[in-house]
Amino acid sequence: MTSSPPTTVIPVSGITKHIGALGKAREFGILIALVLVVIAATTMNPSFLFSTDGWRDLLLTPSILVLVAAGQAIVIITRNVDLSVGSVMGLSAYLTGRLFIDVPGLPIPVVVLLAVLFGAFLGLVNGSLVAFARVPAMVITLGTLYAYRGINVMWAGSTRVNASDMPKEFLAIGTGQFLTIPILAIVAFVILAAAAWYMRNTRGGREYYAIGSDPAAAELYGLKVTRRVLTAFTLSGALAGLAGVFYVARYGTVSSQAGAGWELDAVGAAVIGGVAITGGIGTVWGAAIGAVLLMTINRALPILGIPDFWQRAVVGVLIIGAIVLDRWLAVRQRQRLIEARDES
Amino acid sequence: MPSTDAPVVLELSEVVKSFGAVVALRSASLRLQAGSIHALIGENGAGKSTLVKIVAGLYRRDAGEFRLDGEDVDFTSTAQSKAAGVAVIYQEPTLFPDLSVTENIFMGRQLTGRFGRIDRKAMRHEVERLFTRLGVVIDPDRPAEGLSIADQQVIEIAKAVSLDAKVLIMDEPTAALSGVEAERLFAIARSLRDEGRGLIFISHRFDEVFALCDTVTVMRDGSYIATTPIAETTPGELVRQMVGREVTELFPKQETVVGEPLLEVEGLTSPGVFHDISFTVRAGEIVGLAGLVGAGRSEVARAVFGVDQYREGTVTLKGRRIRRGRPTEAMRAGLALVPEDRRKQGLVIDSGVGRNITMAIRRELSRFGLITTGLENRAARVWASRLEVKSYALDTVAATLSGGNQQKVVLAKWLATKPDVLIVDEPTRGIDVGTKSEVHRLLSELAGQGMGILMISSELPEVLGMADRVLVMREGRITAEIDRADATSENVMFAATHASEQHS
Amino acid sequence: MTTTTTPATPPATTNRVSRDYEKPLWRRVLLTREMAIVALLVLVVAYAMLTVRGFAQPITLNYLLLDIAPILLIALPMTLVMITGEIDLSVGSMVGLASVVTGAGVHAGLPFELAAVLALLVGAIGGAFNGFLVTVVGLPSLAVTIGTLALFRGLAVGLLGTTAVTDFPEGWTALAKAKIAGTTIPYIMIPFLILLVIFVVVLHFTPFGRGIYAIGQSKDAARFSGVHLERTKFLLFMAAGLVAAFAGVFYTLRFGSARGDNATGLELQVIAAVVLGGVSVFGGRGQLYGVVAAVLLIGVLSSALRLANVTSDVINVITGTLLVVSVVSASLLAWLQKVRRRRSGPVSSVAAPTAS
Repeated sequence: MTSSPPTTVIPVSGITKHIGALGKAREFGILIALVLVVIAATTMNPSFLFSTDGWRDLLLTPSILVLVAAGQAIVIITRNVDLSVGSVMGLSAYLTGRLFIDVPGLPIPVVVLLAVLFGAFLGLVNGSLVAFARVPAMVITLGTLYAYRGINVMWAGSTRVNASDMPKEFLAIGTGQFLTIPILAIVAFVILAAAAWYMRNTRGGREYYAIGSDPAAAELYGLKVTRRVLTAFTLSGALAGLAGVFYVARYGTVSSQAGAGWELDAVGAAVIGGVAITGGIGTVWGAAIGAVLLMTINRALPILGIPDFWQRAVVGVLIIGAIVLDRWLAVRQRQRLIEARDES
Repeated sequence: MPSTDAPVVLELSEVVKSFGAVVALRSASLRLQAGSIHALIGENGAGKSTLVKIVAGLYRRDAGEFRLDGEDVDFTSTAQSKAAGVAVIYQEPTLFPDLSVTENIFMGRQLTGRFGRIDRKAMRHEVERLFTRLGVVIDPDRPAEGLSIADQQVIEIAKAVSLDAKVLIMDEPTAALSGVEAERLFAIARSLRDEGRGLIFISHRFDEVFALCDTVTVMRDGSYIATTPIAETTPGELVRQMVGREVTELFPKQETVVGEPLLEVEGLTSPGVFHDISFTVRAGEIVGLAGLVGAGRSEVARAVFGVDQYREGTVTLKGRRIRRGRPTEAMRAGLALVPEDRRKQGLVIDSGVGRNITMAIRRELSRFGLITTGLENRAARVWASRLEVKSYALDTVAATLSGGNQQKVVLAKWLATKPDVLIVDEPTRGIDVGTKSEVHRLLSELAGQGMGILMISSELPEVLGMADRVLVMREGRITAEIDRADATSENVMFAATHASEQHS
Repeated sequence: MTTTTTPATPPATTNRVSRDYEKPLWRRVLLTREMAIVALLVLVVAYAMLTVRGFAQPITLNYLLLDIAPILLIALPMTLVMITGEIDLSVGSMVGLASVVTGAGVHAGLPFELAAVLALLVGAIGGAFNGFLVTVVGLPSLAVTIGTLALFRGLAVGLLGTTAVTDFPEGWTALAKAKIAGTTIPYIMIPFLILLVIFVVVLHFTPFGRGIYAIGQSKDAARFSGVHLERTKFLLFMAAGLVAAFAGVFYTLRFGSARGDNATGLELQVIAAVVLGGVSVFGGRGQLYGVVAAVLLIGVLSSALRLANVTSDVINVITGTLLVVSVVSASLLAWLQKVRRRRSGPVSSVAAPTAS
């Protein structure tokens, strides 16, 4: 070993290939589950997929949660969690509605931009509290979950913004289609792709993984941990803000309770999609597929003959199943790596 | 050998650093030339690590000069020192376990193409080139999780080389390496030296210092003592400089009567960790367990005590079987373990001294199942004073005590359980000289009173001075059992580093 | 035994630990996070008594206690769970599930008592399920209990659908709302006080409780000291499930209705109160009296605000803000202390990070 030839060949071992495949299999597995659910529901009732409404709902319904879950995934990958996303989404949704009422004539893109920026600002508040005060994200975002929702309730009271208060062009986005694909779904997909590209192919993206994998090592490497954590929360807030806009466009009405309880769906979607709650592992795609699966199961259950009251129970089983599976895969992988070391 | 006129890449002079009341560095100096491997030696607590952390940008010095390539520098972050060409390889490297080897090497400074897109292909090529140059075979795409410490260090070195670091500091890199692995590391170090880089090598092993380095700087009590070319000094001379006196380290070993067997371990096996471990500890005897870091000694101790699982084998204490994975059963049977990592395993570090001392006897202390702070303090006071724990009050948080006092608290905690057999893992690591000899005297007295002691230690003088019998472990197996009379540093080191016949 | 193991150092000649406590009693008792919450509670009560019309009336106390009883109850085991560094998000769903089980049992013709016992059993099993996944399978409790939060709620909603069972024995529903003779304190406070005493004793005065703190402060050190990590956590999760189920039975009786969506979101209110009461989310720190004071504080605030005709939901903002302010102020204080210590230089018996 002391004088190895200058042309040492670096082998790609069988294990590595296998592990790489496992990682991909994780998202792939969820995708298969999703496809199976769709096939099962379609077999029972072809209109689940092969009808204008069915097709549209399949793509449109998950779009909102997909955005929130993607933001949540980014935060969880940094070993944090954002429980306030539901409240951020609700508040942004209400802001969108109010802007149409209070500032008539404001161009739609400006309204959308303002809502997204507002969401980003709320996320930034979370991030600052977490990063500067060094307080666990769970506590901070639990606090802002209440605070943001409370502000929403104070602002809205028992009033709601209705479809009649909003410009038709805006609502048309919610129902509009392009080549039979709902516009909102297309937008969600594009944003998702951008987020996934960012997470996979940029320094910033990879640093989120590093921070989540070992925060102490990240500090030692000289990574800008504080800034990254801030950005992660801001992104999560911005995506939740955009989800709020989607919510208004899709449902045409918004009250002070919009998005209540979504935080747990978002975390659940991420976990089902293979994002490790302990950080460092997972992808935005996985979280998005998890979100689609959650929403699709919602609609598929009644068709499959299961009263939709059981939907949440199924979600629970899915989440627990997913983390048990991840745990099992991780233990197996570690064993393999150690065995491989013993052999070498 | 660097020529005397080789440029000085790193220069520290009269550096001072203190933490609150504790002065870590009084006046530390160091001159590192390009194309040199410079040994930095000194006892634990001499300030070597503090000095390294200042160079690495983890700490800022309070006073003194710090020049890199002749220019004054003052790092406030590790990123700055890295950018200036300083790379530090720690004893236990910190990699991101979930990320690939390639990503670990390039984290924070990935090669990017258009739109800031990371160029994975280029990075992988670069890693292959680095590994070829270093002559190592590690799969660049595997996750860092599960890599051996030696491989992790190689990755750290690869990182340093790819950064084109001018100064490489290795902080006790060989502590956990086998002979072959250390040789590989030295070969890499020499080739880096020949490229004109400056290397600082911190080690406790004189054979390595003399084999690898060309210059040596000795530190003592936070101060610079001397810098000498390696050819002009001897181990004896260095030791004198390190301890500041002639080495007549006397171990207060009492002659004792060895009694009946207390702890009997038979065929203990945990795949991948240790294999077929059998030994006996008798009353009144101190058994030393020697070997390199990573040989599996602590793991055996943990398994015997029941903190870790094992697959095969038996543990008996005074004829009573102790089932695996039951620390409470081991404690009840009369076994105590002073663990390796004082701050994490030995103490509940954020808890008070009193609570810590009574932690292992809390069930025995309770009356009718109830326990109060009063009861705890009464018991803790007895043991704290017997061991002369220096602490302001019983509710003083253990984290604020010095290393030596923390170790006394751990010892008090376990002596309070009145054990028949005491396992101590590195009993004097990182504690001051005074406390060290107190601990040695205590262990000797305990054995004299009939306790059986299993002492794990990486310090050969300690093993040779204290043990009645020495067991040596290498790569998870016991490779030798040597009586006190026959034990020498040579035969113990030989057993610790060379494979025995049946295992090649 | 003592003679054989006593180190030969002459005992008590050099007693270097001179005292039991670093600080005088008043500082230890008064200058704590818990006391800050208690003081705030007293202030708010006093202020509300003086300024909010109707707050001083005895009936206010009755409603207040009835309202916060489920939170008070569940906060007890939650405090212990969180001191070990874990969390249980499924308690709100368990309240709902227990409520539904009680209702479904009564609906199916079981006597109420039996249905209630069945609900408690379900609570213990559900808690044990959480405990199993956390301790035996080794999963993070945050993820596990998000899963069981959905699962338990799903079972509750699935069992009853949109129907609500309301035909509970008059005697029991009346008892749930009844006041202790001569006072305005509801009867539910009696089981609460009993549980409070049990939990205080377990946490603060037993070896088991010492183990709970040790686990939260240092998992490894606890294991090396012979603390049964897994068993302790398992029991605590089970206790959380059981108490949540009990709260569920009470909830059902108090509103006379068993529905699948009973007590939705209760888990966050409980956790908010526990954290506000001084329990660290990292584990290892916290006292039960602080938690009880925090629950009362939240209850008093919402009750006073309601009486003052402020939108009832403003309490959300206040709960959230209190929570954030309390944790941020704690780390701010720690940071200030550090700065001050650094500036003032020598502080007795503070050691540097050991330079090795």
